[in-house]
Amino acid sequence: MQDTAATPTYDYQVVRQFTVATVIWGVVGMLVGVWIAAQLAWPALNLEIPWLTFGRLRPLHTNAVIFAFGGSALIGTSLYVVQRTCETALAFPKVASFVFWGYQAVIVLAAVTLPLGFTSAKEYAELEWPIDILLAVVWVAYALVFFATIARRRTSHIYVANWFYGAFIIAVALLHIVNSAAVPISLTKSYSAYSGAIDAMVQWWYGHNAVGFFLTAGFLGMMYYYVPIQAQRPIYSYRLSIVHFWALIAVYMWAGPHHLHYSSLPDWAQSVGMVFSIVLLAPSWGGMINGVMTLSGAWHKLRTDPIIRFLIVALSFYGMSTFEGPMMSIKTVNALSHNTDWTIGHVHSGALGWVAMITMGSVYVMVPRLFNRQRMYSVRWINAHFWLSTIGTVLYIAAMWVSGIMQGLMWRAVNEDGTLTYNFVQELAERQPFYIVRLIGGVIFLAGMILMAVNVWMTIRGTRSDEGELNLVGAEA
Amino acid sequence: MANYHSVIEKNVGLMIVLTLVAVSFGGLAEIVPLFWQKATTEPMSTLRPYSALEMAGRDVYIRESCHVCHTQMVRPLRAETERFGPYSVAGEDVWEHPFLWGSKRTGPDLDRVGLRPITEQWHREHLRDPRQVVPESNMPAYPWLAENTVDWSHMERTLKVFKNQFGVPYSDQDIDDQMNKVRGEWADATEEDAVVAYLLSLGQARREER
Repeated sequence: MQDTAATPTYDYQVVRQFTVATVIWGVVGMLVGVWIAAQLAWPALNLEIPWLTFGRLRPLHTNAVIFAFGGSALIGTSLYVVQRTCETALAFPKVASFVFWGYQAVIVLAAVTLPLGFTSAKEYAELEWPIDILLAVVWVAYALVFFATIARRRTSHIYVANWFYGAFIIAVALLHIVNSAAVPISLTKSYSAYSGAIDAMVQWWYGHNAVGFFLTAGFLGMMYYYVPIQAQRPIYSYRLSIVHFWALIAVYMWAGPHHLHYSSLPDWAQSVGMVFSIVLLAPSWGGMINGVMTLSGAWHKLRTDPIIRFLIVALSFYGMSTFEGPMMSIKTVNALSHNTDWTIGHVHSGALGWVAMITMGSVYVMVPRLFNRQRMYSVRWINAHFWLSTIGTVLYIAAMWVSGIMQGLMWRAVNEDGTLTYNFVQELAERQPFYIVRLIGGVIFLAGMILMAVNVWMTIRGTRSDEGELNLVGAEA
Repeated sequence: MANYHSVIEKNVGLMIVLTLVAVSFGGLAEIVPLFWQKATTEPMSTLRPYSALEMAGRDVYIRESCHVCHTQMVRPLRAETERFGPYSVAGEDVWEHPFLWGSKRTGPDLDRVGLRPITEQWHREHLRDPRQVVPESNMPAYPWLAENTVDWSHMERTLKVFKNQFGVPYSDQDIDDQMNKVRGEWADATEEDAVVAYLLSLGQARREER
């Protein structure tokens, strides 16, 4: 990158706001997750209070971790990365400020309306239509700021991280608008514009690409900036990034029907979805390889730098869950795994292992730079957080694998005379120990997130670090 | 290849357009044909529209997000048809806005629950305190459903939307009849009455095949 006199003044205000929001919503969203995990083990914890029941809190958990925690991280980092890599200040800073406050308003409205039972019933798109419209407006404003900043860049090429962030912004706009089409009955109630099997296809086209673009392409954008920055190495392969970018965004959009295997969606759509889901392994691993191999020649940093550990282990979980996903999309495997806890485990190996851990690593890289500190308040705490996250994730997904496969096998078990071996309740009773192990994993993961929040708070305050060094004056601008 | 690609990398407008093109095909290919396919657009001959009470029950089912833990999709696998009943077909759901197939069976599938030999009273006791009737259950209790009366304020509008926008074959007379019941015998119906009516309606289109 260029140097000295031409160095622009970056606009970090909105990035700082989104970064702090990321940490706060992370704690909140994971706390709700822990609570509902406990409800599954001990249903008395529903407390017979309508707005605290599992059915209403589960959408609150998913919205909080995906859109509040993940979304704040994506918007915040993208507005940081786009400035740094385009070597220009943010376009339309006032619009950027609207994006922050508008997006937080959507989150707060979600946190109020979902427990009240206002829901469209569509997974990861539960918000009712007035909030959907507000979100669409905020999203268009975000796209404007992001792409206008690219348009006024002082570099000749658009850096690869911005391709991914850009595709994430475009695809999410398209998915959100199409899937949210509904006929309103009142301010708080609407019915999907699509019917039955078509509604299901639209929903899982949306739902799978909420994974593909929100939770994958966006976070790959993050990866493509923070991994090379922290490793102090260039991206492993420029050519690979081109190939896997276009393949990833084109193929992901076809994979939705694997959520509807053996449903009444027409067979041709299920088969097409399965084929593209299997193909998706290649571009997914392209991203993982490009990220992990960026550490070539710098592997020793894994021993000393806990932030690198976060980033590389996140990529490992990404590789693992993008292998698991195509495998589960094979119809014969799906016949066993669908509707079971295995799916929940799969989601969390991606959500905890990949999305949360790449975010945590990136936030640890970014916070000292944003707040003009030399480094985080405590590097030892980052290391502790890394182990809490890893152990928590492994406990969580292992418990769900065992529970899920057990469910699939018990549901299909038949006696010699062709009758079912187990009734549903017998299977349900067997899940209890795994629900408790999953809860323990979640608590450990949440503990790490809280440690991070304290670390970020101490860093921003400029408290003397645990190694006795004063953190106040940063070298990095 | 890298040389050609640098053209895109230097032109943000071109990059936006090509990204849009790349992400468009999947949805166009997989969603659009379904609007013209008979299987997904033609209602089953035995299908009948929801009564106002069942519709109100369905709204409560959505509000409490029952679909988060209960599927309404029996797959054509032997163990499933054995456990739940006839497998689900798209023609049963052409009037369903939104679809409520679900994606997770924390509890059992409900698509055929109306065909099971379970009494209305069992459903009521189960909703009020699931562990009273199924000790191993981890379902939340819903005692407030028996206390809340149905909010009928938007029902006429709802039925008209389903008729006019969604093509559900209610006649004007049907809607008048339903609204007369809403003002009459169902005026003080509880949310529990409505949910139970909805649950008992599930699978009725397939009663003959059971």
